[in-house]
Amino acid sequence: MTVPTHLTYTAEHEWLLAEEGGTARVGITQHAADALGDVVFAELPEPGVVLTAGAPCGELESTKAVSEIYAPADGEVVEVNQAVIDDPGVLNQDPYGEGWLFVLRVTGPLDLLDAAAYTDQIGA
Amino acid sequence: MRRTPLHETHRALGASFTGFAGWEMPVRYGSETAEHRAVRAEAGLFDLSHMGEIEVTGPDAGRTLDRALVGRPSAITPGRARYSMICAADGGIIDDLVVYRLGDHRFLVVANAGNTPEVAAALTERAAPYDAVVRDASEEWALLAVQGPASASIVGPLTDVDAAALKYYSIASGTLAGTDVLLARTGYTGEDGFEIYCAPEAAPALWAKISDAGRAHGLVPAGLSCRDTLRLEAGMPLYGHELSRDVTPFEANLGRVVAFDKPEGFVGDAALAARKETGPERVLVGLVAAGRRSPRAGYPVLDPGTGAEVGVVTSGAPSPTLRHPVAMAYVPPRLAAPGTAVRVSLRGTPEDATVVALPFYTRSR
Repeated sequence: MTVPTHLTYTAEHEWLLAEEGGTARVGITQHAADALGDVVFAELPEPGVVLTAGAPCGELESTKAVSEIYAPADGEVVEVNQAVIDDPGVLNQDPYGEGWLFVLRVTGPLDLLDAAAYTDQIGA
Repeated sequence: MRRTPLHETHRALGASFTGFAGWEMPVRYGSETAEHRAVRAEAGLFDLSHMGEIEVTGPDAGRTLDRALVGRPSAITPGRARYSMICAADGGIIDDLVVYRLGDHRFLVVANAGNTPEVAAALTERAAPYDAVVRDASEEWALLAVQGPASASIVGPLTDVDAAALKYYSIASGTLAGTDVLLARTGYTGEDGFEIYCAPEAAPALWAKISDAGRAHGLVPAGLSCRDTLRLEAGMPLYGHELSRDVTPFEANLGRVVAFDKPEGFVGDAALAARKETGPERVLVGLVAAGRRSPRAGYPVLDPGTGAEVGVVTSGAPSPTLRHPVAMAYVPPRLAAPGTAVRVSLRGTPEDATVVALPFYTRSR
């Protein structure tokens, strides 16, 4: 399993892509999507909600299990991926692309893993 | 962890594996939802080689099983099968079983993987007074299952057994794709289907031949994940979830499998007669959740009036067929009538649910 090198990661299997203007796009990793199996329900934070790094901010539910989404950084949610809410299966098909979850205006430090460290963690 | 004779086959198919009762089993090959739908619409091919096969043979084999199990295997016609249970003296369920009668003096008892050693030990102990031999033959059998409406069309042309004429809960010996098999019309999915017992070394070739023959009928490899949602929709209990040493068949609404009128009695009869008389303190029901979040095993069921914890969810998942969450749970009898409103604590948040009759899904015939 390839872990993209242009992203940074949390130990809880979220990825984060820092964008211009102080925002960051957030999703879950392929490893997390594969472990969950077919995601059938995604509960994502609403735009405007202020998140605290490491705190739960949503849920992903598959036929097999339910998993919390953790905020990868402090910040305010500015955009949510409605396509994932409408069809959570996109999380399994393209977790690093079309399956992104939300965009955060980051207000705190980014203390995340690089691809090599995350790869070590999942033993890939 | 133990591996089935089909492990390399699963690996080559790209399966994800999971630990189950000490076995490394395929949980899914791609999308478990697609596998689930294939079994409902066409067919799925399962590896169930982890299941335990215990032979009971000898002139007293039937008497032994009548004494050891809650049912009456001595009344099974050779070539037929019956669902049964083995209970402890206190009435608690040690395992649920399928009992095949292969001949006048020969039975095959199929047990859950994790319970097989305990079932074999209990049968051996209970057989002691009788002229019967109990032998755990699990190592000698691989088990494949073809499940789904296309099963007979797939299996029929491959075997010298008249598969179309093989009745539900029947078993016949013959060949399938050139391999010696026991072919049973049984399953755990709520669909028509076959379970195929063969020698472990023959399993990979048999899997390949069934896969090839089934491709045109929509047959796909199917893992344990969809097996669980299929049996849940069909309202079938799973040991370790709905069934355990802490419940009797009466809590599980399976009192019909208990035969009290056996001349020599059976292990657990006094406790089970008492439970039948008093009635269970909690009973197994179906639940449909109002929201999109699914009740899961272990979640508390709450009294809708007081909010007090009165029961527990034993299995739950978003139903791929019904497209809403379904669950089974133990609740007090006063809350067991279909239509009763209850609440389930979903990770601390009480959510509305309604008691419904089981099963959630019945195939059209």
